[in-house]
Amino acid sequence: MTPPDNYLDTHGAESSPQTGDETFRAEGISKVYETGETRVHALRGVDLTLYEGELVVLLGPSGSGKSTLLNILGGLDQPSAGTLYFRGREVTALSQEELTLLRRDHIGFVFQFYNLIPSLTARENVALVTEIARNPMTTDDALGLVGLSHRLNHFPAQMSGGEQQRVAIARAVAKNPSVLLCDEPTGALDSKTGIVVLQAIARANAELNTTTAVITHNAGIAEMADRVIRFADGHIISVERNENRRPPEELTW
Amino acid sequence: MNPITRYLLSWSMAVKVSSLNRKLLRDLWRLKGQGLAIATVVAAGIALMVAVFGSVSALTLSMDAFYEHYRFADVFASLKRAPNSLETRLRAIDGIANLETRIVVSVPLDLEGMAEPATGRLISILEGRNPAINGVHLRRGRLVEPGRSSEVVISEPFAMANYLTLDDTVFATINGKKRKLRIVGIALTPEYIYAMAPGELMPDDKHFGVLWMDREALAAAFDLNEAFNDVVVTLRRDARTGYVLERLDDVLKPHGGLGAYGRKDQMSHFFLTNELTQLEAMGGLMPPIFLAVAAFLLNIVISRIVTTEHEQIGLLKAFGYTDWEVGRQYLKLIFVLVGLGLIMGVIAGQWLGNAVMGLYNDYFKFPLLAYRVEPQVLFMAALVSAAAGAAGGLGAVRHAVRLSPAVAMAPPMPTAFRRTGFSALFARFNVSQLTRMIFRHVTRWPVRTGLTITGIAFAVAILVSSLFFMDTVQHVISVMFFEKERQTLTVSFVEPRAGAIEEEIRHLPGVLATQRVRSVSVRLHKGTLTERTAITGIVSHANLNRLLNTSINPVEPPPGGLALSEHLATKLGAGIGDMVRVEVMQERRPVIDLPVVQIVEEYIGLTAYMSLEAVNRLMLEGSTVTGVHVLADRNHVNALYRRLKDMPAVAGVSVTTAALDSFQTAMESTMYVMIGVFVAFATLIAFGVTYNSSRIALSERARALASLRVLGFTRAEVTYILLGELGLQTLIALPVGCLLGHGIALLISPALNTDMYSFPLIIADSTYGFSVTVVVVSAIICGFLVRQRVYQLELVSVLKTRE
Repeated sequence: MTPPDNYLDTHGAESSPQTGDETFRAEGISKVYETGETRVHALRGVDLTLYEGELVVLLGPSGSGKSTLLNILGGLDQPSAGTLYFRGREVTALSQEELTLLRRDHIGFVFQFYNLIPSLTARENVALVTEIARNPMTTDDALGLVGLSHRLNHFPAQMSGGEQQRVAIARAVAKNPSVLLCDEPTGALDSKTGIVVLQAIARANAELNTTTAVITHNAGIAEMADRVIRFADGHIISVERNENRRPPEELTW
Repeated sequence: MNPITRYLLSWSMAVKVSSLNRKLLRDLWRLKGQGLAIATVVAAGIALMVAVFGSVSALTLSMDAFYEHYRFADVFASLKRAPNSLETRLRAIDGIANLETRIVVSVPLDLEGMAEPATGRLISILEGRNPAINGVHLRRGRLVEPGRSSEVVISEPFAMANYLTLDDTVFATINGKKRKLRIVGIALTPEYIYAMAPGELMPDDKHFGVLWMDREALAAAFDLNEAFNDVVVTLRRDARTGYVLERLDDVLKPHGGLGAYGRKDQMSHFFLTNELTQLEAMGGLMPPIFLAVAAFLLNIVISRIVTTEHEQIGLLKAFGYTDWEVGRQYLKLIFVLVGLGLIMGVIAGQWLGNAVMGLYNDYFKFPLLAYRVEPQVLFMAALVSAAAGAAGGLGAVRHAVRLSPAVAMAPPMPTAFRRTGFSALFARFNVSQLTRMIFRHVTRWPVRTGLTITGIAFAVAILVSSLFFMDTVQHVISVMFFEKERQTLTVSFVEPRAGAIEEEIRHLPGVLATQRVRSVSVRLHKGTLTERTAITGIVSHANLNRLLNTSINPVEPPPGGLALSEHLATKLGAGIGDMVRVEVMQERRPVIDLPVVQIVEEYIGLTAYMSLEAVNRLMLEGSTVTGVHVLADRNHVNALYRRLKDMPAVAGVSVTTAALDSFQTAMESTMYVMIGVFVAFATLIAFGVTYNSSRIALSERARALASLRVLGFTRAEVTYILLGELGLQTLIALPVGCLLGHGIALLISPALNTDMYSFPLIIADSTYGFSVTVVVVSAIICGFLVRQRVYQLELVSVLKTRE
């Protein structure tokens, strides 16, 4: 994969002179959780732009706000303040139903604990998405992409963690999404299995030109990214462009 | 945190509730919806049990007390006329404790403001003394004084129905002469707790009353000086009833004895005990259904809690809590839910019991009939609910107790599913993944699915098997009153009359058509079986009172044999072609063997029929009648009543529409209460089962459902999975429930049959429709509640956590 050319190291996405099309543009996103008398500031005014086809790694300790941002990007959660644009359209103004359609057509999710439907086989878990998406690939192609063509008819309980996560990735990319959002995709896996999973993510990003964001607290993974965004206390503390992207199989942690 | 939780929390802190108990309180609060559903189902079962058995014991106690205090007779016999001197011979019969002779006569009554005549049963009172047998319980006033021929004590229900009070007057046609009688007392008697006029179908307090009069006055009026026509007997403890009956018959036969009978055949007692039997049968059938459903609900809820709390259980044990301390927590939960149900049930049972007693007070006239719960009923209720709790919850608790900490804390694997025959079908018919999820889930837990279906089916079945009775009654009414007995009224005579009287009646104002009838009291014998009944002679080409065959088509009375109602034929064990011995109990008392040639449909009563000419031949008489059926012009019926009241030969007039009215009023007042109660119960069960099942399904699948939402499925699509499962189970349950209801109706409908009524099993389509609708509506309401939950599904937090 060739990273987009003129990426620069910056301290804020807005100042970055990008030529690629914007996928997401976030302006002043804040999120406050109120539970009883306590208020938790998960995000404190985040500005960020993600560009078409890039692979971004969001790095930071737990509680730094990266998952909250990912959930807001994917339309699972609403910010308390700020505006989010997806391809120039204001996401923060969308209704529940419109958010559902946004997820259905454009966004793929991968979670730490796979979240497969236990009562459906691998193929059926993927078919779940291809049946409702506007422009899907075939289920077999999607599972082929993650190297699982031989386990089509297995139920989640019959597969290893790594296999389950790869099914989850196949399910996420099967709709040919514009965006792939992965929240700690290797968090529950050993490093060897984790690398296989990351390969699947990298391949989807490269072959489908899907804008991909991967959350991790594992700095080793950052080396596969085009850009690395570091989080702390609800702020972005740095955005670095990775000049030497390494393929997942070369990563160690 | 909501205020109630906060209150519970602060309270539990203040009184130093242990941590485990605080957890219990919070669990209870979290489970309030499901817990309440379970408690309510327990309560329904307990309420029914408490109400039914409480009513049974209240009725039994009232009956026994009334019988004892007012010396209710053991044996009864009527006859034509015997001299008082015969009493000594009767008393000599071995086994008799006490005996009293009486004069009992039925007369027409003329009440102010009522066009149609009523019927009065006159019973003699000797020398102003309360009878030694079948005593009179005076509610107001006094007994009649000796020699006062115009004084009368009347039965309370008759007085109330006609707004009669002390010093009011009634007119009675006594032996052809109209007599003015002054009410001096109002009373009740154990002999007429259930007061029904002969030949009627239901108690009709407005048109039938008991009147006590001075014996001398009655004797003079009916030519019974120094004589009697009725005997009541109490027996010694060691007496053999059969022997006493035989001896009484022997002695009374020459005096026109109509056949002695025991208490079990006495009308009032018969209905009373019959009601008790039916009540007890219901009490035995319904509560177990509710408690089984409650046990099932407890089972799925407690099992689910134990599953979700696997890790907590492991943790508690790792901290050093013993197995028993952990298990006890879940036992307490069961105890609280069942205990709540028990308390609610006992309270509701009292209320229901009082309502039931209110209904019974309309039919059964006791001096005091109050609902009360015996301690043993409460004890039984507690025992039964404990059994339901144990059956439902112990399995899950045992699982919690046995769980080893290491196993409990290990992360659970995704639920294992296997490919079944369905998978190929799914692929072949391109079934959507959401629908596949529904099918896989339903088939993955076949026992639970089966029980859910059974639960919903029982809700339908309870409705079908309780409401079918209305269809049956409607059918009986339409056959009895519109096909069989089409007369406006029936005139009966004091003595058998020459057939010419029919002509006389036909020329009265308003009479459109007449049909004469001749009826004789008989005993029918077949082998060792005997039935006391009457043979009614029917004219050929009858148009008012007709015989119907079993397909409800009119048939002609058989010229040379007997037509028996189906019920009577069954009781005698006689079929078509069998010979039955007919022993006539009156006049020249012929005995003859006759073949059964026809079975007729007769839902009410136990009557045998012959052609009228055949009855006249049997009695060696010319054209003779005991009554005339009349079809009258409604516009002139009041004039007709006036003329009939003045006819000396008339003993009584029974108005068919009045009978129909009292029948329907009686049925309706009971029915609406019954329908209300059963609809409430069925809704409860349907709701309890569907709500709990879908809440459990929701809790088990919250993750999967949230995942689907993340994948871009709409809330409606996600709800479809949950409600599709509920819908599928309901859909299967509906026909199963209808079948089950039909089965239960088949089982209980013979229990509804008595000597008086034989009810066919009729279930109208509308009853199935109504039952299904009630259950579907409660499932839909439950669906809406669950949909709310799906809509509130917290996407982010569900996805971030391990199951």
